[in-house]
Amino acid sequence: MLLRYRGGEGMLAWAFHRISGIAIWAFILLHIVDIWLVGANPTLYEDLLAIYASPIGRVLETLLGAALLYHALNGLRIIIMDFWPAMTRYHRQLWYASWVLFVVVGLPVAVQIMAPAFGLQPPFQFGM
Amino acid sequence: MTRITRSGSARPGGGGWELAVWYGMRLTGLGLFVTALAHYMITHFLSDPSSQDAAWISSRWGDVAWRTVDWLMLAFVTFHAFMGMRTVVQDYTHGALRTVLTMGLYAGMLVIFAMGTMVVATLPFPTP
Repeated sequence: MLLRYRGGEGMLAWAFHRISGIAIWAFILLHIVDIWLVGANPTLYEDLLAIYASPIGRVLETLLGAALLYHALNGLRIIIMDFWPAMTRYHRQLWYASWVLFVVVGLPVAVQIMAPAFGLQPPFQFGM
Repeated sequence: MTRITRSGSARPGGGGWELAVWYGMRLTGLGLFVTALAHYMITHFLSDPSSQDAAWISSRWGDVAWRTVDWLMLAFVTFHAFMGMRTVVQDYTHGALRTVLTMGLYAGMLVIFAMGTMVVATLPFPTP
């Protein structure tokens, strides 16, 4: 439906922004509760943490990161057009530019997160 | 013909609360661009959830500066996420349902902000 409706890039940008925003909101609810548990019930927090570190947890975290990065980059695009209206003429180019950044930044992060799920060493070692 | 579309919502006229919220979404958005993306990079790229047990969080929060940054991020995200959901609710509902859901979001914003503030302010410092 999203691809057939004649809204073009601007509408897709809006739809992705909304979907990613709702997903991030849902995660924020979970995340504040799990961090709250560190004080209230550390054992339960660490049980939850095992899910985060599991292969399925890693897939969900990668999707979360994708939602976060898209929402952040497209949000910046919105702010640019809000405060510099002439740029609205180039809203499509701005959207494509945000996808270039999305791939360049997102790909190494996704590989880093997903590697342990395949029994591999994460490619970057920071010792943290 | 150039089609002009808009990803965000138009700036409300007339000043007042709704204009303040509009600016608030953009200011907290910029704040989250820095704090939330950095937070994700620290917890998923530089480090990994498999090592982030209660002791890891406690040592990270052994520094008051990190507690301050994280609390600031909490303030940004509770406003941004719940006011964003308010926009979604106002787009798809009306009448009594809209009032109930909006009030629910305001209440949820308070609860989540309180839980986050509680843990970041009261989690004991690590014992050396």
